[in-house]
Amino acid sequence: MAEPIILADHVSFSYEEGGPLAVQDVSLAVEKGSFQAILGQNGSGKSTLAKLINGLYVPTEGHVTVCGMDTQSEENTWEIRRRAGMVFQNPDNQLVATVVREDVAFGLENIGVPTEEMPGRIEKALRDVGMLPFADRAPHLLSGGQKQRVAIAGVLAMQPEAIIFDESTAMLDPQGRREVLSAVKRLNREQGITVLWITHFMEEAAECDRAHVMHQGRIVLSGTPREIFSDVKKIKPYHLDAPPMARLSQALRQQGMPIRQGVMTVEEMAEEVARLCR
Amino acid sequence: MALNDITLGQYYPADSVVHRLDPRVKIVLLIVLIVAIFVAGNLLAYAPVIAFLALVTYLSKVPVKMMVKGIKPLRFILILTFVLNLFFLQGETPLLNLGFAVITKEALITAVHYSLRLVLLVMISSLLTLTTPPIVLTDGLERLLSPLRVIHFPAHEMAMMMSIALRFIPTLLEEADKIMKAQTARGADFESGNLIARAKAMVPLLVPLFVSAFRRAGDLAMAMEARCYHGGEGRTRLRVLKCERRDYIACAAVAALLALVILCGKVY
Repeated sequence: MAEPIILADHVSFSYEEGGPLAVQDVSLAVEKGSFQAILGQNGSGKSTLAKLINGLYVPTEGHVTVCGMDTQSEENTWEIRRRAGMVFQNPDNQLVATVVREDVAFGLENIGVPTEEMPGRIEKALRDVGMLPFADRAPHLLSGGQKQRVAIAGVLAMQPEAIIFDESTAMLDPQGRREVLSAVKRLNREQGITVLWITHFMEEAAECDRAHVMHQGRIVLSGTPREIFSDVKKIKPYHLDAPPMARLSQALRQQGMPIRQGVMTVEEMAEEVARLCR
Repeated sequence: MALNDITLGQYYPADSVVHRLDPRVKIVLLIVLIVAIFVAGNLLAYAPVIAFLALVTYLSKVPVKMMVKGIKPLRFILILTFVLNLFFLQGETPLLNLGFAVITKEALITAVHYSLRLVLLVMISSLLTLTTPPIVLTDGLERLLSPLRVIHFPAHEMAMMMSIALRFIPTLLEEADKIMKAQTARGADFESGNLIARAKAMVPLLVPLFVSAFRRAGDLAMAMEARCYHGGEGRTRLRVLKCERRDYIACAAVAALLALVILCGKVY
């Protein structure tokens, strides 16, 4: 197993002193180059956990380490935020500049990258998310999916090791969600960028390496998506629905059809059905 | 009410020498030109200013129509200035006796002088905003004001605020339009009634707009922090402003103009 980039060790957090814990005793290890998902319904604490990871919040108890740096000590904050970038939910509220190119430059300007180095890094980042043709456009004229890809480019230009996506597809239409997810998968696969994907869309987690289910501030289930979704009953108490194909295979099994466990995607289901028909 | 067809500022995109000038130089030169207009002691001294304005307008490729449009909102003040000066100024050489007032030569000259001064001021200032995108203007202002950091003047913060405002104006307009439609669908009436009734009707538009603007501000602050924003210190810039030959030529031209204006005032 590769070394963990993000390590949470018995982390608890409450927004006010003595208040209710938004995150309770969470331990998590995200290995370099992996694609992990955190699932949970609204208010399960998954967004709070995301903000604990890059030092926007500091744990009330426990420690979060990113690339070996503890978020508790303030001198690490900027380096942690550079190494573990973050993309938020609302595409409109995270772009700063009036031109796409300049927005991507924002992070680079903040960390003091020399001017001569910027154009190259900006262009590479925009190309990696397929937004280079839009470099000189105004962000408010882009679609939601395009805005999110610009936001990803802004993080990417800072050459992070990991990117945390805090429900980055929640406000997008299906087309935009596909755009963003496929761009992220490509980054994970081709550039080895570690991804922590936070979502309440179960089907988005179907292809990740490892998924964690959060409920009332705790991680209640961890495992590969197959392990988690193979039994629909297991995740029911957490008000989550398995991806459609997992539910379909469950229903078919109940009807007595020998569909194998762990069918997750439409392609796999098609294969299974084809196999049974033969 | 269509809110989405509001263009930001009045920038006229074109590729010209004037557009390419360093924004810092443009701002400083504008100030010098304004001084020149105020220094001009007589009508003759305006001649070089007008000639210069015509030349710059030609070079900037901005249509004259757009320059004239800038004066339009000012027409009442212009007429008022002209008329008041014309009728109420006492002079020595009467030109026309209207019975209730005497128009003198001095009054006529002063009226023309003041109106011309107003027109020129507006035209020259709008030339700056017509040829410089707001964001570049902000950038130029930040650089010009940055020496004031010594006395704790927040030059960077001010520029950041302005550029964020520019970025969010279209977003908030879009949102206002959406809220307006939502409220109209539920029976709100924004268009009829007197001024007070209409102002009151704006409340259900403004309250949600403000609430959402504050939420956006919170989100944006967090996103900026997540991208390592920590104020102006140690920041590098994508856009570096550099004075080039054309900037020095422009400075020399304006200096010569100022000298000419002063000279004209003295000679006459």
